[in-house]
Amino acid sequence: MAQITLIEAVTQALAYEMRIDPSVVVLGEDVGVNGGVFRATQGLQEKFGADRVIDTPLDEASIAGLTVGMAAQGLRPVAEAQFEGFIYPMMEHIACHAARMRTRTRGRLTCPAVFRAPWGGGIRAPEHHSEANEALFTNIPGLRVVLPSSPGRAYGLLLAAIRDPDPVMFFEPKRIYRQYKEEVADDGEALPLDVCFVLRDGSDVTLVTWGAQVKETLEAADALAARGISAEVIDVATLKPLDFDTIHESVKKTGRCVIVHEAPRTAGFGAEIAARLAGEAIYDLVAPVERVTGYDTHIPLYRLEMKYLPSVERIVAAAERTLAAS
Amino acid sequence: MSIAATFDIEYLQYLDADGKLVRDDLPAIARDVRQLVELYKLMLYVRVFDAKAVALQRTGKLGTYASCLGHEAAHVAIGSAMQEDDVFAPMYREYGAQFYRGVKPREVLLYWGGDERGSDFSGPAHDFAWCVPIATQALHGAGAALAFKVRKEPRVAVTVVGDGSSSKGDFYGAINVAGAMKLPLVVVIVNNQWAISVPRSAQTGAQTLAQKGIAAGLECLQVDGNDLIAMRAAMDHAVKRARHGHGGMVIEAVTYRLSDHTTADDARRYRPEGEVKDAWQREPMKRIKAYLMSLNAWTEKEEEDWKADCAAKIDVEVNAYLETKSQTVEAMFDFTHAELTAELAAQKADVLAQEKRG
Repeated sequence: MAQITLIEAVTQALAYEMRIDPSVVVLGEDVGVNGGVFRATQGLQEKFGADRVIDTPLDEASIAGLTVGMAAQGLRPVAEAQFEGFIYPMMEHIACHAARMRTRTRGRLTCPAVFRAPWGGGIRAPEHHSEANEALFTNIPGLRVVLPSSPGRAYGLLLAAIRDPDPVMFFEPKRIYRQYKEEVADDGEALPLDVCFVLRDGSDVTLVTWGAQVKETLEAADALAARGISAEVIDVATLKPLDFDTIHESVKKTGRCVIVHEAPRTAGFGAEIAARLAGEAIYDLVAPVERVTGYDTHIPLYRLEMKYLPSVERIVAAAERTLAAS
Repeated sequence: MSIAATFDIEYLQYLDADGKLVRDDLPAIARDVRQLVELYKLMLYVRVFDAKAVALQRTGKLGTYASCLGHEAAHVAIGSAMQEDDVFAPMYREYGAQFYRGVKPREVLLYWGGDERGSDFSGPAHDFAWCVPIATQALHGAGAALAFKVRKEPRVAVTVVGDGSSSKGDFYGAINVAGAMKLPLVVVIVNNQWAISVPRSAQTGAQTLAQKGIAAGLECLQVDGNDLIAMRAAMDHAVKRARHGHGGMVIEAVTYRLSDHTTADDARRYRPEGEVKDAWQREPMKRIKAYLMSLNAWTEKEEEDWKADCAAKIDVEVNAYLETKSQTVEAMFDFTHAELTAELAAQKADVLAQEKRG
């Protein structure tokens, strides 16, 4: 079994699904000969031909509109927005068409499409290349929103996303594209698109996160352990639909919750989790819910971006506050 | 200095406003009297339907409705030039094309009457539904055409946009990609001169809307959109070349919106009355009727009988619409995803409990 990185897992999943399902096509800017600017589609055009790995003209709205049209006509397109910050021209097609195709036609037409985008900051990229805007999509009915945080989960969740009969936003944390390798069997086994993953068991505090912040959150759990605090770490993975039960079960055990995400705080997806905790788990909580997030600013250019992104120290401090509160 | 590129835009018209032939190199459709009569009958049917729909809205029995008054020739020509397995991506007033393809008037009414089931219509199941976000349908048509290309199917996608739509990026994106990828896509710009209150002259500095396709590498043609024969000949040509792998085409159908934009609009606020009066002189029904009568293929008696038939047929449709019970509240949830998510199931249960309590 090969040791692969998260981005190699994306490629492996795309190749697997293209091999077994001729209706799967990949389209986007530079996805063909160049294999994608991050190499997510490396080698796919050679394997599957230019008819199925399609370099489009440089227009994100066109990519999204073509994707909707192809999906409604029986293909399973996987569209790439080159960076999350370039996804905005796609939003009309995603919100007004992909997400509502099934409901507005009472199921006559559907949109089994995946919109992939390298997501988040922390790679010293130019302006507009570091956005974490997942919450814009979690508020759109009809979409699933997925953010894998390991090679194995990237592989299994992307397979599931492509096989899903409805549109899926698949945001890839590019900061950890090549953070580490793990063994990922190319066995075509998909993961469920509606569960959170408990990455570390603990009993004192629940740390809930997704995407690249899984890295800092696990490091924070290590740091807390060194101080005798047992932290449970949950990777939400699929933000929508949210597996709140897994989070709730953990909070029943710990009574404390820290939500970590790099997107801005106000109306970030952490707010939804906090609201669910307030509404359904208030008697299980022994301390106020903490949020460690990006600030309500635009992510700064790269000299300051690490000051913006949640750090291990901020997560540890928040966890300690929940312990001090009770 | 040398010339890097030149272009011409041809204008196609066979029948003038009075139904007189203006050229003698006639296309096959001009000689196919039986089919022309069928198409004219459909145009009359559409006009009867349209008046009825507006009346329903005025009497509180229909929501906002987008009339197609004046577009009948263009729309019927579009629908009749397509094959069943071609894909149609309309905007929201192409009833003539859709009726030809099997969509029922009751379904049009259901859509404007506030019920999603109207879009689950009886036309080809692969046709796109009405598209309100302007020009986005052009890219869905292009996506359908790309799907045909990927699967190597000899099918054609036809999309309709308006003069206002031709200002939008989605329109440019669609024609651009059709040119770049040589897609079997026919883009018909039904130029009815008005995008709600903004006239054609304010949309673009381009001399014609058809020529926008030149920049995309497509064949382009401007057509008298009120001339059924010209519109059908243009569509036949466009569909045929697309089907045979020669790529996409832009057809500008020059017509006039004789109605308000929708029933929620009052065009008297912005449109000179004289202009509308003039436009009525060039409307599409009169000339094809005159042409058919000149060939002894149609009589006033047949016209009266058929109009009465149409009224009766439309009454049946209207009654079917009016008798259609609303969906029950769970319909709001049931098509959001293929299967209800846990959260949606909980919200649905809440609503059902609420309904029970009344």
